[in-house]
Amino acid sequence: MKDTSHSNSLENEAIYIFREVAAQFEKPVLLFSGGKDSITLVRLAQKAFWPAKIPFPLLHIDTGHNFPETIAFRDGLVKELGLELIVRNVQDSIDAGKVKEESGKYSSRNALQTTTLLDAIEEFKFDACIGGARRDEEKARAKERIFSVRDDFGQWNERNQRPELFDMLNGQIELGQNVRVFPISNWTELDVWSYIEKEEMEIPSIYFAHKRKVFLRDGLIWSHSDYVFQEDDEEVLERMVRFRTVGDMSCTAAVFSEAADIEAVVEEIRDATISERGARIDDKRSEAAMEKRKQQGYF
Amino acid sequence: MEVLKIATAGSVDDGKSTLIGRLLYDTKSLTTDKLEAIEKTSKQKGYDYLDFSLATDGLVAEREQGITIDVAHIYFSTATKSYIIADTPGHVEYTRNMVTGASTSQAAIILIDARKGVIEQTNRHFFINNLLRVKEVVVAINKMDLVDFSEEKYNAIKADFEQLMSKRDYHEQKITFIPVSALKGDNVVNASENTPWYKGETVLEHLEGLDMAAISNVGTPRFPVQYVVRPKTDDFHDFRGFAGKVYGGELSVGDEVVALPSQTRSKIKDIYFYDKKYKTAARRSSVTITLEDEINVSRGDMLVKADDLPKIEKQFKATISWMDSQQLTAGSKYLVQHGVNKVLAKVETIHHKINPDYSGIDTGATALGMNDIAQVSFKLNKPIFYDAFKDHRTNGSFILIDTQSNSTVGAGFIN
Repeated sequence: MKDTSHSNSLENEAIYIFREVAAQFEKPVLLFSGGKDSITLVRLAQKAFWPAKIPFPLLHIDTGHNFPETIAFRDGLVKELGLELIVRNVQDSIDAGKVKEESGKYSSRNALQTTTLLDAIEEFKFDACIGGARRDEEKARAKERIFSVRDDFGQWNERNQRPELFDMLNGQIELGQNVRVFPISNWTELDVWSYIEKEEMEIPSIYFAHKRKVFLRDGLIWSHSDYVFQEDDEEVLERMVRFRTVGDMSCTAAVFSEAADIEAVVEEIRDATISERGARIDDKRSEAAMEKRKQQGYF
Repeated sequence: MEVLKIATAGSVDDGKSTLIGRLLYDTKSLTTDKLEAIEKTSKQKGYDYLDFSLATDGLVAEREQGITIDVAHIYFSTATKSYIIADTPGHVEYTRNMVTGASTSQAAIILIDARKGVIEQTNRHFFINNLLRVKEVVVAINKMDLVDFSEEKYNAIKADFEQLMSKRDYHEQKITFIPVSALKGDNVVNASENTPWYKGETVLEHLEGLDMAAISNVGTPRFPVQYVVRPKTDDFHDFRGFAGKVYGGELSVGDEVVALPSQTRSKIKDIYFYDKKYKTAARRSSVTITLEDEINVSRGDMLVKADDLPKIEKQFKATISWMDSQQLTAGSKYLVQHGVNKVLAKVETIHHKINPDYSGIDTGATALGMNDIAQVSFKLNKPIFYDAFKDHRTNGSFILIDTQSNSTVGAGFIN
């Protein structure tokens, strides 16, 4: 028996939030992308409910343009922990004519996910969707609540948010509304990486330096892939890269890196002079790109 | 690493966002891409300096109007501490955001424009941080560059503020005055050469030096049960764990406890954090507790030490901060959320409104509007287990929820 339970305040806060979700909602779900933030969420949820299983399923909105490494990792984790995984595909939303595939040089399925997500929420009647968004990621996310209410259209009303005082989380909603919950709101990128290191967590291999076929555009490093439009004059290079953030292939740029293990990655983040979302192609669309997507129901 | 949460308060144009930007810039917390974006936008706007408010004002409407509407959270860290700054808007109509920001903070920075000195808004900012018992307050007298770094000016403002301090309820609050220029960088992170008469710390030096153990509010241990963990697996067939966060003090294995409201006694058998057992649950840690005896405990109940019971009452009097455009009137009903416990409450009496600028009370009030602060008595349909706010910041506070709109419409601090 050890002496005193340790006092990582961010971890304690996240566990508290998970327990509030399980107690206050009837059908919560954890939005799982296979990225480091959602993997961290799974670990925190395990801690919150041990020795019981995590009392809600995972939901993956699959754009069909994922890194294969992420999908393999996802399936391994779900099997190991005996979790329930629900997958809903953006391709199905496209086939049903609900959304139209973007075209052109910058086309991506990232924004299309919103429709598939909102449909899944309606299909399963989820009343709380737990996500790994962090306030330090992006300036519209800095304004986000821990329990963030969405109306029946899944929309975020940033001008009329519930105040959150002390530790108290108000999860009262009407039928049809849902709450987006962000247990690691107050974590920074470095906090997440340090936690992954401390907990010795497994994460997909693309987060570590590896040789990859890439091309350069607008100062960003794009993956060479069938899913990413590439001009003829955009030359394919083979470089040592890694990913700091993982969305689908069409919206996530790589960084040059030699950091091949977790210690090296933590070191690299500590000294980074470029922000995490500096490599998110989806945020580069405009200064208010995230705020607009959030208003429409993006997570 | 230790996390220090700080609330900022200042009127429009006092330079709050600039101060935060300066903290980020001088601690090298702004990444190249963010800095480039700020340089680009500053140039577009025709400024010959960097407009750091662009780093914190996250909503389109905020950037358009050049004001902060909603609380934003800003993160940076040094070798010793992680900082979370709640950037709260300075407008009168957004008092609720200031109360919200202060409720989760252990420290506050109040900004004063050196040209304007202590104004009515300053009274409010101080009042709220004192009401919420924020232990450490830095009074940053800003824009010193625009008053020629005048020591007389600084001393005069300090004296005015000290007048205000004599009116406060919470006397243990520590207050530190610092002359700064957020725009030019004087005494924010680096000591200024322009204020040779000032021998104290810079803002960051002061924050770095705060002893986290000393500035936390310590009271008696309270354990509100959030969730009952019942795995019902072969390995843990009879496991019944009470999951929650420990507030105010520590709980240890063997402690004699009482479950409220049933008042049943038992002893703490095991304390788990995840799959490990511990002898003691630290203050603010999220643990799972098992008891020696099989007693009935569910969400909203509370475990407390047998020799240190809270008040168990169906009524209380509290200071309320009203946050909704719909008025609060005597006789109306709300949900009181006290920690993780929810009970139905009826407003008995509005005793008086308190002017948050220290100008006295209004005994004739029959309704409360947005941003009003008042003494109110409530009657509950079930007892809650509380301490006075002055003795226990967590177990003495609650929120009010409108039963129709489900919105959080007010916050309360029990007398």
